[in-house]
Amino acid sequence: MSADRSMAPVILLDGVRKSYGDVIAVDALSLRVQRGELFGVIGPDGAGKTTLFRIVTSLVIPDEGRAEVLGLDPVRDYRALRRLVGYMPGRFALYQDLSVAENLAFYAGVFGTTVSAGMRIIEPIWRQLAPFADRRAGALSGGMKQKLALCCALVHAPGLLVLDEPTTGVDAVSRTEFWELLARLRDDGLSLLVSTPYMDEAGRCDRIALMQAGRVLALDTPEAMAASYPQPLLAVRGTDRLRLLAALRALPHAASVWPFGETLHYTDQRIGMPREQIVVELTQSLHANGMRDVVVTPIRAGVEDVFLRLANAA
Amino acid sequence: MSVRPEAPLAIAADELTRRFGDFTAVNAISFDVRQGEVFGFLGANGAGKTTAMRMLIGLLAPTSGRATVAGVDVVRDPDGVRQRIGYMSQRFSLYDDLTVQENIALFGAIYGLDDRTIAARAEGLLARIGLLDARRDLVRKLPLGWRQQLSFSVALLHQPQVLFLDEPTGGVDPITRRVFWELIYETAAAGTTVLVTTHYLDEAEYCDRLTIMVDGRIAVAGTPGEVKTSLGVDSLDAAFLQLTRPAAGVA
Repeated sequence: MSADRSMAPVILLDGVRKSYGDVIAVDALSLRVQRGELFGVIGPDGAGKTTLFRIVTSLVIPDEGRAEVLGLDPVRDYRALRRLVGYMPGRFALYQDLSVAENLAFYAGVFGTTVSAGMRIIEPIWRQLAPFADRRAGALSGGMKQKLALCCALVHAPGLLVLDEPTTGVDAVSRTEFWELLARLRDDGLSLLVSTPYMDEAGRCDRIALMQAGRVLALDTPEAMAASYPQPLLAVRGTDRLRLLAALRALPHAASVWPFGETLHYTDQRIGMPREQIVVELTQSLHANGMRDVVVTPIRAGVEDVFLRLANAA
Repeated sequence: MSVRPEAPLAIAADELTRRFGDFTAVNAISFDVRQGEVFGFLGANGAGKTTAMRMLIGLLAPTSGRATVAGVDVVRDPDGVRQRIGYMSQRFSLYDDLTVQENIALFGAIYGLDDRTIAARAEGLLARIGLLDARRDLVRKLPLGWRQQLSFSVALLHQPQVLFLDEPTGGVDPITRRVFWELIYETAAAGTTVLVTTHYLDEAEYCDRLTIMVDGRIAVAGTPGEVKTSLGVDSLDAAFLQLTRPAAGVA
């Protein structure tokens, strides 16, 4: 460990807890985000992602635990912190009746800076928005609204950018483009905290935390998390998927069976059992059930397999 | 799921078109859906999916072209169409301040079902999604995944021939997403035709057939396998990107 200040985490949460009445939104949550990291918080609606992000951005005061963001206490130092953080909330929160350029100038003004001073940072995004500078923000397409919101959150050159579900409800193409923008910002040295309900976006992040019901189920790089899957995992293909699903779930060693795209993912309970042997077993058993066209293949787990396993056990 | 090619048509769209002023939202789309099929209706935001769906459920008149749903013409008899279909929108469509049971009674009455029929069907639908014990709970107290499944069940209450689902799984957790698709399979296996939109392309793989709309037109149609083969890609994700962002890699 170095005492160098640049090595200190940009976000440090230790045992943070927040309840609303009898609903525990965030429970004993601990995590660190390193400087220059693109950190993803992945979980469904109601997992506690938004509460977590509001604690980090000083908008919600935790009931318990310690939080430090950019070296500041989000409760005590909230004024200083808000100048240093860029926050893009889940809902489009810009002024629909102001033009694209007016919105940007307004946000620059709020943070005591100017659009030209912030241009170095927002330039790659602004280039795509500039043709619409005079259009009312409310009349932009969904993808363009996202880019404007990103510009407004970045114009004051924050040390940390926090984005709450920026890609929810956005089509696959715009999602890909948006993650490319985030990766570019990270490559330029920015630290980012991003949440998403889409498991397939995990691979875009340097490290991820899987969240469910206020808790972190797992925290690691996407690769290490996928590699941690303990049981043999196999993909099964066949024409009559409903029948196949029932037949696989009835097998004595089935730990779980879930639809995954065009295949079913079968997890076997027997840790360490050679997967080739399970392929033979499954194939024979399904053939005996009259399903002659099935194909069974051993596969590596993905982040979604990990989530399903942990969420099912929780 | 295997649907016999001789199954009757549940949806038939022929050159269906809708213009708003100078803008053509849906441009002469033609496709068929057979009874009992799970049909994926995909496209980028703004491609025209919602406009097309609104025409098919009798909420918006086409500018030209024609379509039948459950054998009924959407232009000549939109009311007849609405009696034969169920619709679940991406926005949650139940009453938060009513209980589960009250919501079912309300929607059953709207569809003109008598109390005894409503009670009998409610029992079966709630049992299937494991919500029997929650029937007296306020809907807003239920977790999102349950509310979505309830919304799905309510859309089936009047036993429609065709079910339209507009992004039914947005935001729900991966387990509920799969439970939801099992409900869709079971519904289709029982003979109800399902047309579904989604942003999750792995879910599109669960469909018997699908179309991808681009700029108001159907850019590709077929089984998931046929779509991938015709575009020379190995995933629907890649197919979608290729069609909707032809300049990929340039930007």
